[in-house]
Amino acid sequence: MHKALQLEPEKCTGCLQCEMACSYENESVFNPSKSRIKVFTFHDEGRFAPYTCSQCSEAWCLHACPVEAIVINQKTGAKEVIEDICVGCKVCTIACPFGTVNYNSDSGKVIKCDLCGGEPACAEACPTGAITYVDADHTGLARMKAHASQSIPK
Amino acid sequence: MNHLIIGAGPAGVVAAEALRKLRPSDPITLLGDEPESPYSRMALPYFLIKQIKEEGTHLRKQPDHFSKQNIKVVRDSVASIDRAAKQAKLKSGGSASYDKLLLATGSHPIAPPIPGMDLPGIFNCWTLADSRSIASRAKPGAKVLLMGAGFIGCIILEALAQSGADLTVVEMADRMVPRMMNDTAGNLIKAWCEKQGVTVHTSTRVTAIRKGTAHALAAELSTGKVVDADMIVSATGVRSNIDFLNGSGIQTDQGILVNRQMQTNDPDIFAAGDVAQGRDFSTGEYSVQAIQPTAAEHGQLAARNMAGLQGAIHRGSVNMNVLDTLGLISSSFGLWMGKPGGDSAELLNRDRFKYMNLQFEDDILVGATSLGMTQHIGVVRGLIQTKTRLGKWKQKLIEDPTRLMEAYLMSTQAVGFNAGILK
Repeated sequence: MHKALQLEPEKCTGCLQCEMACSYENESVFNPSKSRIKVFTFHDEGRFAPYTCSQCSEAWCLHACPVEAIVINQKTGAKEVIEDICVGCKVCTIACPFGTVNYNSDSGKVIKCDLCGGEPACAEACPTGAITYVDADHTGLARMKAHASQSIPK
Repeated sequence: MNHLIIGAGPAGVVAAEALRKLRPSDPITLLGDEPESPYSRMALPYFLIKQIKEEGTHLRKQPDHFSKQNIKVVRDSVASIDRAAKQAKLKSGGSASYDKLLLATGSHPIAPPIPGMDLPGIFNCWTLADSRSIASRAKPGAKVLLMGAGFIGCIILEALAQSGADLTVVEMADRMVPRMMNDTAGNLIKAWCEKQGVTVHTSTRVTAIRKGTAHALAAELSTGKVVDADMIVSATGVRSNIDFLNGSGIQTDQGILVNRQMQTNDPDIFAAGDVAQGRDFSTGEYSVQAIQPTAAEHGQLAARNMAGLQGAIHRGSVNMNVLDTLGLISSSFGLWMGKPGGDSAELLNRDRFKYMNLQFEDDILVGATSLGMTQHIGVVRGLIQTKTRLGKWKQKLIEDPTRLMEAYLMSTQAVGFNAGILK
């Protein structure tokens, strides 16, 4: 079975070590703006939410790519950008409805989470367990339940 | 069941592959009329600037990709459809029979009705062959006139400017990319291009082209000005390839009329991509969008319906575009021009060429325009297509339109200690 990143915002303290680890792993720099995972902040409510590609089965990015530059890694299930083939047309960046494919103006190509080939650096770096790499079946269910219960008028 | 797909662009190729998965043993024939492997027009600008070789434009990279899937690729073009005999008559003189037929014949560039358009040195930028012609003539110092600053014109503008050519752009609307950008954004793109040394004439038409003296061509403008040119690139719009359907009884308007199963008025004939007048998600009306993601969606849906799958109903495609004009990246989505009675949010930094405009209906995002903003932009599509109710986040977006991801996360997920997940 494939594993997936489980993101638990309630455990996130906003330390941004995941962004540092991601940019260092993938771009060899400590620069959060180059990170494929992003912590969104809600300062007025004291909340933080790490967010990145969920490797969705619809794979909007992959189907929108005009040059077959996004492929599925059979080992991890990740949708990966092949940088040599990507022309930088950015169609995937508007096609991904989750906003998790981004254009990198330095390289002229797009970047997205590739699960670091099966050893995601963000999960390793997270000191509070807000980002874990677990069996894919387990991710998101508690969150969906919680959101559903929030959505029911009391 | 014998499947014939006419047109080897993205819609046709996606449909052929999807059909193969659904119908492992049905014969599938893919008919294309260009003398190349199926390729992507989206990639042509990158071929023009020599970032990629010709093979880099190919839709599929493996040379045996189609034969391995038992998809027969035939180079020919369609002359007419004989619905009674269930045959496509081909221009080579032969014919191809079908049980289910997909028309994915795309579109072609249209020439403006002005004298001199047949002179040598005037090119479209539509096919790989056009790109080769332009690439060989766009030399440093060459005077190049680009007619039309729509999406196609703008994606090749960068390639022409990078080649070192002395570039002039003529656009008849009052701004650049008028069908994708509002007044503010379209004029900011114009200012950006001018800053990079490109001459841009908006609200201007080319009225005639004649042979020049110092240069090969001379273009007369509606302003009275005459512009010399070594090469003229015409990008004044495209039209669906539907002429071969004259007399076939297949209903057409701007493109081929289809229902929500991508089916024409003949139940065995389907249409997809630039030639199909498909459902628009935002308006519920049927229009030719002529964009890559829509072509791929159409292709998938058409294949499922050709294979007889139930429930493959088109909800409509969100019209959207992303454009890189000399390094200034712009995008627009859905009802970017807004909806009567709806609210909007706007953020503009003219000096830094940054702009974001959001359009709402009630508390639902229905459209957006952005300039100089590339991070997480796809979430605009997500919010539009899921019709997410933004609640209090609508007001927060009116105050700061850049907080789209935060609005999305808080509107769709349980976030934070109060989310009821940790007990």
